[in-house]
Amino acid sequence: MIDWFISAAHAAAAEGGSHHDAGGFNPMHQFTIDRYVHIKLFGYDASFTNSSLWMVMGTGLVLAFLIYSMREGRLVPTRMQSVSELTYEFVANMVRQNAGNAGMAYFPIIFTIFVYVFAMNMLGMIPLPGLGNFTVTSHIIITFALAMFVFLGVTLIGFYKHGIKFLKLFVPSGVPALLLPLISVIEIISYFTRPISLSVRLFANMMAGHTMLAVFGSFVVGLGAAGWLSPVAFLPFIFMVALMGLEILIAFLQAYVFAVLTCIYLNDALHAGSH
Amino acid sequence: MDPAAAKLIGAGLACSALIGAGIGIGLIFGNFLQGALRNPSAAPAQFPNLLLGFALAEATGLFGLVIALILLFVKL
Repeated sequence: MIDWFISAAHAAAAEGGSHHDAGGFNPMHQFTIDRYVHIKLFGYDASFTNSSLWMVMGTGLVLAFLIYSMREGRLVPTRMQSVSELTYEFVANMVRQNAGNAGMAYFPIIFTIFVYVFAMNMLGMIPLPGLGNFTVTSHIIITFALAMFVFLGVTLIGFYKHGIKFLKLFVPSGVPALLLPLISVIEIISYFTRPISLSVRLFANMMAGHTMLAVFGSFVVGLGAAGWLSPVAFLPFIFMVALMGLEILIAFLQAYVFAVLTCIYLNDALHAGSH
Repeated sequence: MDPAAAKLIGAGLACSALIGAGIGIGLIFGNFLQGALRNPSAAPAQFPNLLLGFALAEATGLFGLVIALILLFVKL
């Protein structure tokens, strides 16, 4: 099933590339992956692609901002320092509310996941000269790797903390014995579909959002042929500005949802016996 | 039927998952407004839950859109 999604992204990207060369407009073109530096590792393609470049840019920007804003570490924060502190407090509150104080031990990884996804989503909203527009998180392989990492990590933490009692997670208390086999099967299935739903949620939102932006953007360009000041050209432009606002909201929301669900899964692993 | 035509019809049908997402998002925001107008002081605390519900409801519809994209772009 995952192979499907991966090949879907690849095929969509390849399709977009070939159509673009033919001169037509294709909203899928923005998902094309270009290899900048060809690298082969143990028979696997580990090339440095435009995806890698945007990832390096995003993490570099975040690192530079966090280090620069916190360089003095004042008691009364400067404006930039308070942005860093706000981000920290925001994620710390999220972890405390959803995973309890025991979850704070895993705060660094959740902060990293949130900031990474948020930076990638937001960077995808900004077209850069020469590089065009690329959203790292609009590729299923990136989000699936993240989600699988979370899933495996949470499962390992669960077994490490509770041993075999972690399996109680699949046997909810207070369920009639007659229904228990059915409920357990549903719980197990829902547990193992977590990485898929977690990754597809982020990937689908980003991919659908950016495809929609490209399609509506093409309307603006198309109607712009009627003259830039005519109302038929101007109305889609205003609509486009509103859509950009919605996409920025979604870029934040999806990062938030990814981090919150990670916290909730972590909570299940940390407090497996208590429900 | 021509397989290419069937593929396109299937992709169109898969997008009907977005009907459910639309209903869901409407329900979430409608009910939030209803609750918020009845008890405005309790509303800000529930704002994160509103956004979470919105994102989850929207994502469910987008799963259908992913199926449509698979039908359109994956060579089966």
